[in-house]
Amino acid sequence: MATTADSFQAHTEEHHHDADHKPSFFARWFMSTNHKDIGTLYLIFAIFAGVIGGGISGIMRAELREPGIQYLGWWVALLGGEAGFDQTLHMWNVLISAHGLIMVFFMVMPAMIGGFANWFVPIMIGAPDMAFPRMNNISFWLTVAGFCSLMISTFMPGGTGLGAGTGWTVYAPLSTSGSPGPAVDFAIFSLHLAGAGSIMGAINFITTIFNMRAPGMTLHKMPLFVWSVLVTAFLLLLALPVLAAAITMLITDRNFGTTFFDPAGGGDPLLYQHLFWFFGHPEVYIMILPGFGMISQIIATFSRKPVFGYLGMAYAMVAIGVVGFIVWAHHMYTVGLDVNTKMYFTAATMVIAVPTGIKIFSWIATMWKGSLTFASPMVWALGFIFLFTVGGVTGVVLANGGIDDNLHDTYYVVAHFHYVLSLGAVTSLFAGFYYWFPKMSGRMHSELLAHIHFWIFFVGVNMIFFPMHFLGMDGMPRRIPDYTPAFAYWNNFATIGYEVMAVSVGVFFVNLIYAFVAGKKAGPNPWGEGATTLEWTLSSPPPFHQFETLPVIDDNHDHSHGGKPATA
Amino acid sequence: MAIARDRNARTMLILLGFVAAMLALGFASVPLYRMFCQVTGFAGTTQRVDVEQANSVKATANTISVRFDGNTERGMPWEFRPERPTDTVTIGARDMAIFIARNNSDKPITGTATYNVEPEQTGPYFTKIQCFCFTSQTLQPGEEVRMPVLYYVDPAILDDENAKDVEQITLSYTFHQAKVQPET
Repeated sequence: MATTADSFQAHTEEHHHDADHKPSFFARWFMSTNHKDIGTLYLIFAIFAGVIGGGISGIMRAELREPGIQYLGWWVALLGGEAGFDQTLHMWNVLISAHGLIMVFFMVMPAMIGGFANWFVPIMIGAPDMAFPRMNNISFWLTVAGFCSLMISTFMPGGTGLGAGTGWTVYAPLSTSGSPGPAVDFAIFSLHLAGAGSIMGAINFITTIFNMRAPGMTLHKMPLFVWSVLVTAFLLLLALPVLAAAITMLITDRNFGTTFFDPAGGGDPLLYQHLFWFFGHPEVYIMILPGFGMISQIIATFSRKPVFGYLGMAYAMVAIGVVGFIVWAHHMYTVGLDVNTKMYFTAATMVIAVPTGIKIFSWIATMWKGSLTFASPMVWALGFIFLFTVGGVTGVVLANGGIDDNLHDTYYVVAHFHYVLSLGAVTSLFAGFYYWFPKMSGRMHSELLAHIHFWIFFVGVNMIFFPMHFLGMDGMPRRIPDYTPAFAYWNNFATIGYEVMAVSVGVFFVNLIYAFVAGKKAGPNPWGEGATTLEWTLSSPPPFHQFETLPVIDDNHDHSHGGKPATA
Repeated sequence: MAIARDRNARTMLILLGFVAAMLALGFASVPLYRMFCQVTGFAGTTQRVDVEQANSVKATANTISVRFDGNTERGMPWEFRPERPTDTVTIGARDMAIFIARNNSDKPITGTATYNVEPEQTGPYFTKIQCFCFTSQTLQPGEEVRMPVLYYVDPAILDDENAKDVEQITLSYTFHQAKVQPET
């Protein structure tokens, strides 16, 4: 591969002297139309939002360290509210709502789709940039504007106290007649903005992948990360408009006297839940599918083998995406569904375990008899497979309508979705980050620090979330800041786990600083011959404009192999 | 280059069509969901027939217990309760239940009732011929009225595997303050 990379680089320098010509600072970063720069902006934004969202969970874990209300009143006073009993409990609702919304819409989605997909989908398919570079810019700034709107909502009256205390689900009637004041309007508006940005991003990715693949890069030769982004983009395209419709109806119910979800005027609050989860369930796959794609690239790279069962892996993601649209009511088992409906949603939900199992076992089969090296991305990827599988298993438990009657809205559910998201999606994000950081920055991070980061993080998050299974089985309800002393031991344990996890994030930032200050220069391909996708044929960081002459993908090679310059 | 741009624009238009369709579907779900519930009895939605259709139903030898529940939305200043908590009715035969509503406030108030039955699988069989819940009701200050429901339980319930063993159906009403209130 190295020879290909060198020859391609030489070719670039020979014919395109202006490939690295960059605009001025302001034009480059604030009016950017370059997919790599926008990807970088998204990643910086996601890290920033992640620190805020993670900090909020720190407040929550501190409050839950022991029974009773310790710190919430202090935070109410800090934000300028009056710390009465109701305001104090409302503060808790504001914190859980903000944590959920920030982590879903402003951390995981921007990092996975805005960050890594923007950076590497065009490069991996041999395209010079995204199909609509200016729309790409709008997508990013809409996301930032959405984040600002959410932050503003925290300082607005939300009925009981400052801020929107509706949960990330924004259920009516709590979000309509239950929350007067502009806070919830700002929170909903933030979803509109972020949603519009994501829909534009989805259109951009689908158009790019369908129309701008390099010669010879057929759909069935695309790297699995590109496949994962393609499926994710379709999920966004079909799910987000439904959310937009639902929250628009919330806005009109709140402000313009409509009664879509108000029984007093003939509406049905349950319809909101159906609409929300028709979006919400595909949304959880939107958050994890790009992670699947990254893990496939990483496992193949560090096993020095093409991924096992390429077509099965690609179509497993398609299957997950399709089935993801017809299982939404498993979030609503306790609203009073009849037995037949519950049976259907239980069965349909469990079916998803089949394509997911195909992926897990194919990753393991990829490693089988591979030439394994345990560089930091690989270690994170292995951690992902373990943690995601734990979350998947508890998902199969919760899929049962009968069992869910008992576990609904307990900490068991919290444990489940944090194992697939906080531990699954976030672990895959760190795996992808360490995998591509040398490519994006041109600097090597410290492998030692990356390994230390992994092990502390791994211990910490398991300490936080594994005991939550016990708490949930014992009946501790979620969304409540106080609990009986019987739950004190494992709650204290989880809070210690949070502190451990926080240390690991510190190690991550130290590693970043180290890389930029003292990191070795990264060559085009620091991961060796297993790294065969097109980004490793470019310099690190890649030229400002890549592939002005399109690479041609050789028919004799399989999907995962890099291109060489066109000879015509 | 121009060709590539046309192709991208066409792809974008198609994708925008998907977005518009899903957005429309989101709004269309409001009437669609209502129709779906009315047709299938989903979520315990009761059925509604006119007198002629009701005349064609034959009474059977089986009986079933019906429990009545009446309550009001928070802040609704009405007292609302069934006259009798339960009744045993013959499946297929018409019966009448009486609910009593009283306006405890000092101004006229229009109320509108929402309703369903539990267990939910009995929704397709619980059939109303007349009900105070079909229209909104206005009560003057201090006025008390008896509100009738004329209903029957469809004999088809005896052929439904999931519903035939139900021993008691609960019919529940909640009165809300209507959006349009009388002038005072």
